[in-house]
Amino acid sequence: MNIPTDLKYTKNDEWIKVDGSTGTIGITDHAQEALSDIVFVEVVVGVGDEVNQGDTCVVVESVKAAADVYMPVSGKVLEVNEALPDSPETINSDPYGAAWMLKIDFSDTSQLDGLMDAAGYEKYLQEKE
Amino acid sequence: MFFPHTPAEEKAMLRAIGVGSLEDLFQAVPAAHRFPELKLPPALSEMEALAEMQELAYANDTARDLVCFLGAGAYNHYIPAAVDSILRRGEFYTAYTPYQPEISQGTLQAIFDYQSLITALTGMDVSNASHYDGATAVAEAVNMAYANFRGKRNRFVLSPALHPHYRDVVRTYSHDSSLQLVGDDLEPQSDPAALIPFINEQTALVVVQYPDFFGRIYDFSALGEAVHRAGALFAVAVNPIALGLLKPPNEFGADIVTGEGQPLGIPLSFGGPYLGIFATRKEYIRKMSGRLVGESVDNRGQRAYVLTLTAREQHIRREKATSNICTNQGLIALASAVYMSLVGKAGLRQVSELCYQKAHYAARQIGRLPGYKLWSQVPFFHEFVVQCPAPVDEINEHLLDHGILGGYDLGKDYPALPDHMMIAVTEMNSKEDIDLLVDMLAEVSND
Repeated sequence: MNIPTDLKYTKNDEWIKVDGSTGTIGITDHAQEALSDIVFVEVVVGVGDEVNQGDTCVVVESVKAAADVYMPVSGKVLEVNEALPDSPETINSDPYGAAWMLKIDFSDTSQLDGLMDAAGYEKYLQEKE
Repeated sequence: MFFPHTPAEEKAMLRAIGVGSLEDLFQAVPAAHRFPELKLPPALSEMEALAEMQELAYANDTARDLVCFLGAGAYNHYIPAAVDSILRRGEFYTAYTPYQPEISQGTLQAIFDYQSLITALTGMDVSNASHYDGATAVAEAVNMAYANFRGKRNRFVLSPALHPHYRDVVRTYSHDSSLQLVGDDLEPQSDPAALIPFINEQTALVVVQYPDFFGRIYDFSALGEAVHRAGALFAVAVNPIALGLLKPPNEFGADIVTGEGQPLGIPLSFGGPYLGIFATRKEYIRKMSGRLVGESVDNRGQRAYVLTLTAREQHIRREKATSNICTNQGLIALASAVYMSLVGKAGLRQVSELCYQKAHYAARQIGRLPGYKLWSQVPFFHEFVVQCPAPVDEINEHLLDHGILGGYDLGKDYPALPDHMMIAVTEMNSKEDIDLLVDMLAEVSND
């Protein structure tokens, strides 16, 4: 299980990479493995949208399930990964790299305190099993 | 008599849940309502029951007993005998939700064929395995458009010439929601251009009918362009028989094509079961509700059929699915697939042309009668509206005395159209039938 140490994690298996007030969002290696082969991705927010923490921002569908990706923190959408819907399988092969989903600008850094670090997320996954 | 449980099993179950008797389970129901006396007549033998049912059935007059000029959404067409014979094969007739590919290749292939025929007929990329009827198919188009814009657009423009029942069902489905349904209080005489001012950036969907409820044929190109300029979707409810003759709705920009499939080999049957046709463009496939069968290969490389894209549906996507109804009219869809296969492309055109020519003969003859006037000069398919010299129900009573089932009384749905009768003519009506109708209408006028 790949859990990079430079990211923050949610209980719904999203990750966020923080760079100043900019965050990059995707789903974890554990999430892609649980979903199995991903066949469809739809980003349901647009550049410029103000989206609240916990709101659905992306919908993914695998051969056996459909899942929503939620905003780890509130923020304004700066950029969406336009290439992802054409190659949804990237989420399986490179969940932390090429399969990033959104870049956001967030102001409320206190929301980050509610997220887990890599060690915390690993422990959370172990307890869940 | 069928008993689901033996008395011993009942006792064991009651013991397990700690209840003394079956009656104790109904304590929550007020005593006075608990075991009402049903006052049923004494039980009949099978022979007596059959005789009574037959007597009731004989009290009905059907389209077989009468010369039928009634349409308004359900039409009297010839059904080749092979349709019923294939339909009643046990493999098709008895199965319910038979979707396990291991044991249901025949049924799945039949549904796949149905979908393929519907896409060919409508010019769309994909068809689902059907809905209940023409009305629920339109309601699902509304659902789909709402889901497509994720609730951000809530304005739906309905043509006043969309079947009144379809509009009623859309209103039932959208009851208690924030959907705004507009456009259908326009004058029934209005043309499609009158809908354009209702379209704005809040509009999710515009729905028209083709031919429309009054039988009229419009070119919806300009309307379709206006819909797309506003970024909205365009749905067209069709009569599939008319598509044997008319250009398919994809040619004027339809994003969704729905339809009442009853004319395709389904008997009138006093209103149902019918068939809801639903087809769309490929880009909306994941927003489409309902079952979908796909063609694939099995582990030995043989052609095989299987339900596909099921993650769209409510058993996986739960409350986020476009629709919570995925029931299809499997058997009725099969009937229509058999019908379409039997008549073929040329046959469907022939049926369509017969309807068109006979209806135009009838309209010409009736339009000449004193007191009667054709309501519209717009091109029409096999149904037209006549302004009559007397109330429609009175005329229909006179027609019924002469074995004719008259047209639809439009005043029931459109208060602005009293004394307006809508007459449908199909290949089932001979020239003699039409001449008889014309003579009988003339008698009313002379009275």
